[in-house]
Amino acid sequence: MTQQDDDRAPRGYHDLGGVGGGPVDMTEHVLEPWEKRVDALCGILVGKKCRLMTIDERRDAIETLGEDKYTSLKYYELWMAGTMNLLIEKGTLSQDEIDERMDQIRRRLGLEAEE
Amino acid sequence: MPTIGDHDHSHEDHERTFQPDEEDSLGYYAIAEMAVRELLIERGIFTADEFRRHLEVADHGNQALGAKVVARAWTDPDFKASLLRDGSVAVAEYDVEMLGHTRLYAVENTHDVHNVIVCTLCSCYPKPLLGLPPDWYKSRNYRARVAREPRKVLAEFGTFLPEGVTVRVHDSNADMRYLVLPMRPAGTEGYTVEQLEGLVTRDAMIGVTVVGAPV
Repeated sequence: MTQQDDDRAPRGYHDLGGVGGGPVDMTEHVLEPWEKRVDALCGILVGKKCRLMTIDERRDAIETLGEDKYTSLKYYELWMAGTMNLLIEKGTLSQDEIDERMDQIRRRLGLEAEE
Repeated sequence: MPTIGDHDHSHEDHERTFQPDEEDSLGYYAIAEMAVRELLIERGIFTADEFRRHLEVADHGNQALGAKVVARAWTDPDFKASLLRDGSVAVAEYDVEMLGHTRLYAVENTHDVHNVIVCTLCSCYPKPLLGLPPDWYKSRNYRARVAREPRKVLAEFGTFLPEGVTVRVHDSNADMRYLVLPMRPAGTEGYTVEQLEGLVTRDAMIGVTVVGAPV
């Protein structure tokens, strides 16, 4: 989970406080519908009623996706990837049933299968 | 939004909902969300109606609520004291539910201290009061820089603080969310609470800017 950032302090790739960087891009984008759906789903799962996971658990799940994914996936892709891993880890859903349902949905929407 | 979340409808409705001219890229994770949502609704984990309500929040945000809280604090000393003592308790009367075990801390800007909030580890944000965070709040550069060189970052936002002012950067996390209580601008003495609300911006409540005097 952690990587050697310098000689002294092991630091995770998500642990950005103070590491420095370029100018802040202030451009904002309007969320796409799928991004709102991921936000809503993830919000429900950490909400008081479901409590299927905590916010910390989700953050940890995102931070343990690996640096490649952490730096290449979009924000809500990370949320969804982390949330799925947690649901599978907790035994709420299995990878197989998610895959199977994704295939059904792609057929239903007339999309080409991927992955 | 039309029928998303309503699973009594036919598959044709699905196709209409996701017609290609709607800007919605249906990549792997977008499809994964649909699959997970369908499965969890079928299990009775949550209902389609609950999903719809969460979607409304994602759709409309709620930064007006933050402005309401700030304007009230400017005009009601008891409320302000309560807000600074325990933010979660103070905002409860607005029917604001902080997610999970999150507590809200309001931090007050004064002539001597300016506060700014960040989440260096991820993107923790007082969503119930401000809606969804702006892209830059979640960006690598903001997270990586603001704690170390807040004045430089604020300058990029067009905010230049007098030299004697202490800048405090608050790093949010899953349990603690911050809201900046900006200074009430000069020249607003006769303003109604509603007029004051109109002056308060999201970015001032994050602390990357201040509430300007009315023009």
